[in-house]
Formats: sequence, C-alpha cells, structure tokens
Amino acid sequence: MINFLGRRLLQSALILLGVSFITFALLYLLPSDPVRQIAGRSATAQTVANIREQLGLDQPFIVQYWRYLMDLLHLDLGRSYLQKTEVSTLIAARLPATLLLMVGAISAELVLGLGMGIIAALRRGTMTDNSLMIASFIGVSAPQFVVGLLLLYVFAVQLGWFPIGGYGTFAHLVLPALTLGILGSGWYSRMMRSSMIDVLRQDFIRTAHAKGLSRARVLLRHALPNAILPVIAMIGIDIGIFMGGIVIVESVFGWPGIGQLAWQAIQRVDIPIIMGVTLVSACAIVLGNLVADIATLFADPRIKVR
Amino acid sequence: MTAALQTSPAAYTAGDTPVLTVDNLSISVRTEQGMVPLVQNLSFTLHKGRTLAIAGESGSGKSLTSLAIMGLLPPPAVRVTGGAIHFDGQELTALSESKLKSLRGNRIAMIFQEPMTALNPVMRIGSQLIEAIRAHENVSKAEARTRALEAVRAVRLTEPERRLQQYPHELSGGMRQRVVIAMAIALRPDILIADEPTTALDVTVQREVLDLLRDLARDMNTALILITHDMGVVAEMADDVLVMQRGQMVEQAAVRKLFTNPDQPYTRQLLAAVPRMGQGHGTHPAKNVEPLVTLREARVAYDLHGGLLGRVVQRVHAVESVSFDIYQGETFALVGESGCGKSTIARALAGLVPHTGEIRFQGKPLGNDAASRKQVSRNLQMVFQDPMAALNGRMTAGDLVREPLVIHGIGTAESRREKAAELFRRVGLGEDALDRYPHEFSGGQRQRICIARALALEPRLIIADESVSALDVSVQATVLDLLAELKHEMSMSYLFISHDMAVVENVADRVAVMYLGQIVEMGTGAQVFGDPRHSYTRRLIEAVPHADPDRTLPARVLAASDPPSPVRAVGDPPKTVKLVDVGAGHLVAE
Repeated sequence: MINFLGRRLLQSALILLGVSFITFALLYLLPSDPVRQIAGRSATAQTVANIREQLGLDQPFIVQYWRYLMDLLHLDLGRSYLQKTEVSTLIAARLPATLLLMVGAISAELVLGLGMGIIAALRRGTMTDNSLMIASFIGVSAPQFVVGLLLLYVFAVQLGWFPIGGYGTFAHLVLPALTLGILGSGWYSRMMRSSMIDVLRQDFIRTAHAKGLSRARVLLRHALPNAILPVIAMIGIDIGIFMGGIVIVESVFGWPGIGQLAWQAIQRVDIPIIMGVTLVSACAIVLGNLVADIATLFADPRIKVR
Repeated sequence: MTAALQTSPAAYTAGDTPVLTVDNLSISVRTEQGMVPLVQNLSFTLHKGRTLAIAGESGSGKSLTSLAIMGLLPPPAVRVTGGAIHFDGQELTALSESKLKSLRGNRIAMIFQEPMTALNPVMRIGSQLIEAIRAHENVSKAEARTRALEAVRAVRLTEPERRLQQYPHELSGGMRQRVVIAMAIALRPDILIADEPTTALDVTVQREVLDLLRDLARDMNTALILITHDMGVVAEMADDVLVMQRGQMVEQAAVRKLFTNPDQPYTRQLLAAVPRMGQGHGTHPAKNVEPLVTLREARVAYDLHGGLLGRVVQRVHAVESVSFDIYQGETFALVGESGCGKSTIARALAGLVPHTGEIRFQGKPLGNDAASRKQVSRNLQMVFQDPMAALNGRMTAGDLVREPLVIHGIGTAESRREKAAELFRRVGLGEDALDRYPHEFSGGQRQRICIARALALEPRLIIADESVSALDVSVQATVLDLLAELKHEMSMSYLFISHDMAVVENVADRVAVMYLGQIVEMGTGAQVFGDPRHSYTRRLIEAVPHADPDRTLPARVLAASDPPSPVRAVGDPPKTVKLVDVGAGHLVAE
C-alpha cells in the first residue's frame, strides 16, 4: 500500500510537471501579447519595453519557464499581471465556490445517473428502459450552455423556483449543479445499466436467489456492490470532464468560482492566472483519480497492490 | 439380513416416503416462433434419503428441471407450461414468489456447477453463509455465525474460522465448491439439488467433493438430486437414475439395473460411449528414429512485478525443466490437473510463449522470435478446448479452413477451395457446410471444423489441448475416432493434453504425468496406467469415477487443504525432480 501510494504520487508529480510545461509553452506561443494588454493601446514603445523587462517576459522561453518552476516549488504561483494580486489569493478566494459546485454536480449526476441506470437495467427491454436511455442520450449530447439556458428559462424565469444566478444559498446551487450533472448522468446511467445487466447475469446472483433471499436484498447486497465497481473508476476520470464544464456553467450562472476567473484571465491573456487555474485543475484531476483508485481498492477485495 | 442393513443403512431408514413428486412437467421457452418446448411430460418421484441422478447430454433439459423445482427459471421467456411439482403438500409451480422464497435454500437447496463464479466476489464467505441462515431463521448474527462455522466444519474445510473471514478469490475451486455446499446444507434441507457439482473440478478434487456429498446426504437423510453428464459419477452416487434426451425422459431405473441391463437403445449408446479406464497400451518407439519434437530442460516462467519501481518480485514457474520426445505417428499425452503447466508446454512448443532450455522441432531448434513461430506453424497446428471461441463467428467455415493456406500463400483460390472441400469430407462434414457460419453447427461439428483447419497445412504434429473436454460423451467418442483415423492414415503425431484420465488411457501411446510444472512419471500407456509408480499418478487414477455401480470406492481423503503454488520468490527456484528408469523406459520421479 505504501509502495503503491508512493508510486502514484511520484507519477502525479510527473504529470503535473508535464501539464505545467505544455500550458506554459502554449501560452508563450500565443500570438496575443500580454504586455500590450497591460500597457494599453496608447502606451509608448519604451513603456511596453519596461513592462516587458519588469515581468521578465524579455527572457528566452526556457529561462521564463525555469523561473516559474522554481517559484512553483516554493508554492508561489506569481502575481496577476492586471490585478497585481497574488494568484494563490485569487484562487483561494474562489476555490470554495467551485468545490461546492463540484460536490453538488457529482451528487446530482450520481443520483440521477445511477438511479436511471439501475431502473433501466431492471426493466430491460421495456418502454421505461427505452425512455430512460433516450433521455440519457440527450443528456450526453446537449451542449452545456444550452442545457444551462434551458433550465434557467424554465425553472428560474418561467416558474421562478430558483434564482437566475449568483451564489449564496442552496437554491443558487441547484440549477448550475444540475446543468453539470445532466451531462455526467448520461454517461453514468449507460455505464451503470450495462454493468448492472452484466452482474445480474452472473452465477452468484442465481446463488443468492437460491438461498431464498428477497429480491431487494439480492439487488442491494449482491448486485449493486459489484455493478458499481467500474463506475467508481469513472468518477476519477469524470472530474476532468467536469473541469471543462465549469468554465461554461460558471459564466452562464454568474457563479464566482475559478472557472469564471479563468474565463476572464484568458480574455486578458493574464498568464499567471491561467497557469494557476490550469495547475489547480490538473491537481484536482490527478487527486480525483487517485482517490477513485483507492476507493476501488477498498470496494473490490480481489485487487491487490504490490 | 443384518449384513445388508449394515452396508446400506440409508435404504432401511429411507423407506418409501416420497418427498418430491414431479408430475407431467413441461417447460417451454417463448421465442419469435412461439412457445418451444424444452422439457416435455417429465414425471419422477424422489424419496427421502435417496439419491436420484438425472443424466443426459447437453440440451437434454436436466438443468431446467432443477431450476423449475427451485422456481428459478429465467423469467420471463422460460416457464412451466404444464404439469405439477408436489412438495410437502404444496404445488410448487403455482406457489407465490414469497412462499417459494421461504422454501428456497431452506427446504430445497441447490449447488451449481461453476464454483469459481457461484459466490459473490466482494463479500466475505462468512457474510454469505450468515445471510443464507438469517434469511430463513430468526436468529442473532452471533448464533448464525456459530451455525455457519458448523456448516464449514461439516464440509471439512481446514481452518474454518479463517475461511469465514476470507473472500472467494482467496480459495481454490474445490474449496469454493465446499463453501457452496456448506451454504446449501446449513439449514438441513429436505432436498439437495446438485447441478453438475464436480464438472468444473479437477479429478482428485471431484473425488473429495463426491465423497463429501454422499456422506452429508446420508448423515442428514437428505434426498439428493444429482444432475450430471458423467455416467461414472452416476454409477458411484445414485440409487436411482433418470436418463433424459432432448427434454424427454428416456428411461428410469435403479442404478444397478440401468448399468447392467438398460432397456432403451439411447441408454445403451450413452453407456457405450463412456471412455472406460483400462490398463493402457502403447510401446516405446524404436531407438534409432529421429524424434519429431525434442524438449530438453524446457522452462517457462512469468515474472510478477511490484514495488516502487516495478521490479520483479516473484516468479511463476509454470514449466520447470521438462524433457521428452515425440516421435512420428505416436500420440504423446500430457495429463495433470489445472495449473500443472501442461497447456503452457503446448504454448511454448507452438512458439506462443517464450521459453528457456531447448525445444527442437524436426531437428531445428525453436527460437523465441516471430520467424521461428511462423516456421513451425506450417508443421504444427493446435486444436483447442472450446471450438466456439476458437472460430471467428464472422467468417464462414470454408474461409476459416482456407485461412491458413492464404496466410502461408499456398495454392490458388480455386485449389484452396478444392482443398477445403476435401478436408470437410475428410472430417465428416458435407461440402454444403463450407458456406455456413460457426453458430450454425453443433459443438462436435465445430470441433471438426477446427480439426479441418488444423489439417489444412498438412502438419506433422497436432497439439490437441483439451480438444474433447467440452464435448458430450457420444460426440467425444466420434471426434476421438476421427483423430485415431487421421493418425493411421496420415501417420499424424499428437501431443494430446487432457485432464481426463480415461480419455488419455484410451488414446495415448506414451504418457507423461505432470504436477506443479514438472513431469513426475512418464512411460508407455501400459506402464503408467497398468503399473503406476508415483503416488500422484496413483491418486489421479484412483480418483476417476467408473461407470460401474459395483466397484469398491477408494479410500477417502478427508480435509481440503491449499494446493501448492508455482509462484515463488526471485532466486528461489523450485527443486527439480529427478526421473529414474524403473525398467523398460518407465521413468518415475524419485
């Protein structure tokens, strides 16, 4: 177990190093000039050069990256070009909102997805199954800004059940979490359905019935713990997909999280913020996968780590 | 009179009390063509303390009958369409699910064929047993645990306390089957249904499990329904036998009557097809002939990686220092139980896994590269156990048989077609079969296609890896006949790999017995079967059930223990056994 954790953490560090290099390189190659953004249109060539020198952007790429990396080792994400604030402070202020949204969205997609998947598997080949699978297909294929706007229109504008946007109460959380959750629930319901159908065919389910257990017990105690195993690994991967979605959803709902921060930073080529948000997201994905793997270890006694 | 009582107490106590009566039972499946009958008008009576064997080949409806008694027919397609099942004043086919539930596992319990998958992999053995007990009896967890422990002891598992804490994957197949039996007997059911309980087990383990079932049924005075395709098992276990074919009863009789004087031609045919253990045959090849295949201290080992840097931490010694020769026109058999390395030798010989040591084929050393593999594949072909899995379902039988010719660039399209047609005739399939797909054939016909494919390149050696194990006995006999004909006509050589001692005894010229990756005894069929010297060989031979109800059963082995493992630490190779000639080329491990 210690070996396994050590190996995985080592791998995680390498992944983060790779992510930081690629993102840094992409931003360096970007045609738009961050210094022009800071200096404004009317700035003289001298001012621009001064700012460039001050930010170290006149240095060769490898020197810039090396400096960034050294700072990173001291957990220093640098300062925003425009807001002059520490990037870590900016992210820290917005991270709780994003985490809250993430927890809400994952809960929504698990409840919706697993529920739909289980019901569809139990009613396989019926109208219920077909309707649920069509619904999940729509969930998977609909773009998130469309789903978001649709939910806003129906439940906030027309019915007035939830606020149109903002942050603060549970009611504020419902629509953005649902928007993110609907996409995931489409995937989960399909996965859960096929996994469940597969498990229900297994010999040990027949054994459980032959013992004279009730249907509910066979389902909850024997089928579900086995059917959920492939889904657990999926949750880890899912955090990655989720990170893409928050940029859109936070903008649609005016949710003050790091997605919105990233969106604004990209428009203004505020490189330190973009780097910071990317790295924090990458950390979340790597950690999510690690947690999912560890959860699988506990859920499935057959998996042993050496 | 007194003597008779002592030898069969069951017959005395059992009397003629019927516990279960099946009356004109019919089962059908709903298909697009309407209801198709699977079992028709089946009637039998099961008596207290007696064992009824339902025997038949695949598709005879024997398993469906048992599922119908349990009320576990797969809904909604398969259901009882006629007749009745009477148990304890109740009619089971008309019973509600909740009433059936209270009988299942409690009054009528069932043991299934596949112990590897019959237990929930993510639940501890103890919980699975306790759950079965608490489903029917209102007892505390602690009390249920005590009962579970009793059941685990009753099935003679070693370290019962520890077993309850273990997960199914930590136990061997035989031990898992004991757990399934423990689960079934924990509540002392009136009826125990065992559906092919030992078919998936090794022969020595089968022996242990059969002994156990017989003892338990006698001790608890339980009526046992034993469903099996193996007439040897029937002869050893049953009091009464019911023979089924294609959903209908063929014959029903007391076991001795059935084996000595069967009424129906189908029963006679079934009994005639059963391979019977004899004294073996075969001679040593002439000394001056060049062998076709030579293995000298061949080894196959797999590395297991682990640790922070993924170094090799353990090694699986699948095959350890194996030496033998195969000559032109002989059948050389490798026997042994699962995991003994017999299939790994076949794979190494075909170049499918890398080996160390020396393997020569037709005098040329076999390397571990692709070129070497292609070179041997012209003259060496394999026929596997499961013909359905071995044939690509999207290719016609003709294309499958022609494919080796295409790969090796032999002949024109026209000549290949002719060749395929000729091969089909040779293996006893019509030419019209060329354009059909594998799923349109029966199991035996599919194995014939595999044999035709193997013959396409006119190989010198065919490796038959459990090639007849998945077939029904009557089909098995015809496929074995085909292999024997090919041997005589084409002077074909076989490496015949099987766990079935009776089949090997019938076909092998020379035999090597494998245990834990090494050969422990080798000689002609007559030497190994007629005069077995190694204790393991003797155990294997004794364990085979004979289709003879009057045979005295061998002494029993009581407790089940862990089978030894071929996984060892790096730098700790297993001790190589040394074979000694005990006379006339009969080699036995010291």
